[in-house]
Amino acid sequence: MLTILFDGIAYGMLLFLLASGLAVTLGLMNFVNLAHGAFAMAGGYLTAVLSNRLGVPFLVCLPLAFLFSAALAAVLEPTLYRRLYRRPHLDQVLFTIGLVFMAVAAVDYVYGSTQQFVRVPDFLRQRFDIAGVGIGGYRLFIIVVCGVLTLALQAVLTRTRFGSRLRAAVDDPRVASGLGIDVNKIFLITFAFGSGLAGLGGALGAEILGLDPTFPLKFMIYFLIVVAVGGTTTITGPLLASLLLGVADVAGKYYVPKLGGFIIYSVMIAVLMLRPQGLFARAGGR
Amino acid sequence: MTPGFAGTTRNRDAIEFARSTRVRTSEIVFLLAAVLSWFLLPRQAPMLNEMAILALFAVSLDLILGYAGIVSLGHAAFFGTGAYVAALFAKHWLPDPLVGLAVAALGSALLGLATSVLVLRGSDLTRLMVTLGVALILYELANRFDNITGGADGLQGVVMGPLLGRFAFDMGGRVAFGYSLTVLVLLFVVARRIVNSKFGYGLRAIRDNPRRATAIGIGSHGRLAAVYTVSAAYAGIAGALLAQTTGFASLDVYDFHRSADVLLVLVIGGVGWLYGGVIGAIVFTLMHDVLSGLTQQYWQFWIGLLLVVLVLVGRERIGNVAQRLVRGRDPNAQGDLPP
Repeated sequence: MLTILFDGIAYGMLLFLLASGLAVTLGLMNFVNLAHGAFAMAGGYLTAVLSNRLGVPFLVCLPLAFLFSAALAAVLEPTLYRRLYRRPHLDQVLFTIGLVFMAVAAVDYVYGSTQQFVRVPDFLRQRFDIAGVGIGGYRLFIIVVCGVLTLALQAVLTRTRFGSRLRAAVDDPRVASGLGIDVNKIFLITFAFGSGLAGLGGALGAEILGLDPTFPLKFMIYFLIVVAVGGTTTITGPLLASLLLGVADVAGKYYVPKLGGFIIYSVMIAVLMLRPQGLFARAGGR
Repeated sequence: MTPGFAGTTRNRDAIEFARSTRVRTSEIVFLLAAVLSWFLLPRQAPMLNEMAILALFAVSLDLILGYAGIVSLGHAAFFGTGAYVAALFAKHWLPDPLVGLAVAALGSALLGLATSVLVLRGSDLTRLMVTLGVALILYELANRFDNITGGADGLQGVVMGPLLGRFAFDMGGRVAFGYSLTVLVLLFVVARRIVNSKFGYGLRAIRDNPRRATAIGIGSHGRLAAVYTVSAAYAGIAGALLAQTTGFASLDVYDFHRSADVLLVLVIGGVGWLYGGVIGAIVFTLMHDVLSGLTQQYWQFWIGLLLVVLVLVGRERIGNVAQRLVRGRDPNAQGDLPP
């Protein structure tokens, strides 16, 4: 029972790491980016290729996965994404679905449709037994990494000059640029950083979530749920939503294996109906 | 038209209205071409059948997306329901196609009515996720109750009776195509009447500006629920046609790629214009035929590329070209969704 809770929390933290970038693009910049999972997949595949074929140590792969996805995003943002910020949502949906399809087919073409395995180093494979609760070392590692990153993210967004500039740019791009803030640059950095986090999440999660070419499609709805249910005014909202979703999903798959997805989707619809702004949104928030 | 306008405006509006509902020569040519294809291309009948079904599905999406502005990522929910209802009905109760079609339409219309409350309110994102969620739930349910639906293996052993008690479905698929085409044409005419009625103009007003529409007395909830239900019935009929003409239904009918494909079909042909769905279906099916002949497994890549290019070039531009070809000229371009 507690093991399930623990696994659920690890899963939830992972989802948060994966979706936090989306919380900014979708939540704050109001851009429907369904291709977010593709950046996560890029990080995951980089790790799989580096560690399995070239023998790069796993812990070295993780920052590389971050950089790779961030670089990819930094190339795509000014060339493609930026043109679509002001377009209708339908255009954004079509465009990003197109990107997902291309990513899925391209990865399938290069690496085949089989699942990729990322080898986790031995010292992370141990299992602990604390007060009768079985704890996987790797999951503990995930929780620690994601926890630290979450705190850092929160600090950056609320305490630093960059954070306040970002919030200003999102609230009113015109006034922000009038005040001398380079809005394009801020968005570029944020988008790249968010995608980088997704890449890191993809690398970390390859072991738990599974990694195959359909990854972006399979987890698209999960990312959307995190953002939509969590609301976008704070980062605690998506965090709590991810944890809830993680625990619910793991528990659901354990107790009612065939109805797990059903329950989650129903709850999502119910939440969206009752609280369209998200479960943890402040009143008056945008 | 609404009384109370100044005389000239009223007359001009009436003329515009008459012009927009009049049957154009190009439309008759289009219909003739469709009918001729049945006589001239007997060997292509299975592909044409697919085309007609996809066209009907796209027209159904156009009713809610193009005319009411509801962005849906889960339209396969109704397509799949129609397919399963038709297949199960034929297998367990009555193999007559037309009765099955009516039952499937009714089934998916009920589903549409029930889920319409979910799309009445909310932003594009909420609607997107709710429609996607509904389709996913149905997929999960169909997967869970695989003793009824056959699960991933599909529902085997659906045998359809002859059409009107006379025309049995043949291997060549000509009866199937004739059946689908007739249904498409009839439903298209109905849809044409719907979107050119007062109701249809009300929908467009809601699409363009819901608040203003409400302020001038066009209530949105009832109209949106109604069009959503009609659209669901259309999609259900398209699904039923697929199940009946192939004698098969599997989990694939609820799959996400169906919802995405039909969106692409509509975007190729042009949103907010009923012929858009039909033209899109023709282009899409031909493209599928050619591309999957070249690269069977990776044709999804080309779909993705097409979507990206379409958006970057501007879908309205491509749509306008297609419209001009069929309409001759376009008096009041019912272009696109508002931003």
